[in-house]
Amino acid sequence: MSFEIQEWYKNMRVGDVVLAYKGGVSVDLITNVLTTIELKLEDKNERTKIRRKVYNILVESLQNLYHHIDNTPELDDESKDSKFAIFVFSKVNNASYKLSTGNFVSSSQMKFLKDRLDQINYLSKEQLKSIYKLILSNEEFSDKGGGGLGMIDIARKSGNKLEYKFHSFNNNYYFFCLDVIIS
Amino acid sequence: MESINIEGTPKTPTVNFNAGSGLIEIKGRSIPENSIEFYKPLVDWLDSYKSKPNSSTEVKIQLEYFNTSSSKCILDVFKKLESIKKENPGIGLMIYWYYEEDDEDMLEAGEDYQSILNIPFEMIELEE
Repeated sequence: MSFEIQEWYKNMRVGDVVLAYKGGVSVDLITNVLTTIELKLEDKNERTKIRRKVYNILVESLQNLYHHIDNTPELDDESKDSKFAIFVFSKVNNASYKLSTGNFVSSSQMKFLKDRLDQINYLSKEQLKSIYKLILSNEEFSDKGGGGLGMIDIARKSGNKLEYKFHSFNNNYYFFCLDVIIS
Repeated sequence: MESINIEGTPKTPTVNFNAGSGLIEIKGRSIPENSIEFYKPLVDWLDSYKSKPNSSTEVKIQLEYFNTSSSKCILDVFKKLESIKKENPGIGLMIYWYYEEDDEDMLEAGEDYQSILNIPFEMIELEE
């Protein structure tokens, strides 16, 4: 049975959801989401420390989606939007939040991402710092501008392992789900 | 040499580069989707400044947030400053890296730059 996006999105929206979105990711959308979440965390009187971490991780995660979603399978519903993604930001408990993102990736992107995520999860805090500095001082700059630092930065700021899953969608595509716990 | 004065936006920092006073400031948020576009004129300005830098050049970086694509561009700014000092060893150059009280990530980011570069840094904690 192929992966059901609607079902997954429904299941994600349980608990204390701060913001949930399904559709195309644009520069304006990112700006709006950041403003909205910043205000909501202020309303909740959330601690500055966790607010900063949430903001940083949101910026990197959303911009990762914006820069790296190249193509999506041909579908008839709203998931045909350019740069289609889903994200759900929720409060897990008093001390932590969770950002879940979902987007389509091709088979080759899947292999690349899986290797990178496994490597990041294997590294200690100190090793992540070293590799971050190594990539930062490396002159090479990807055309996407990120230079491959985004995922490492997310792992460093969250302080937790990155939980991910690739759901097989059809012969050419996987639906990539990433959970980042911010505590 | 003309100054650069750019007002901040929710995604880009306030920038003041002044050759006359030798004061170079970047403040606020630096989280644009296209950081290279924003930072290129700043790096170009420093390239011109290199031929006749102020005898005392002070650099103040006070960022609340910056994204990873900005982090490379900020390093480019620092590398340009490093080369200015190298070609003009007589000038005074100091980088002041400001961070808010308890913002360990921002302090660590400053220390990361400090360890990559060969120019003097001073970390300054801002009280809330």
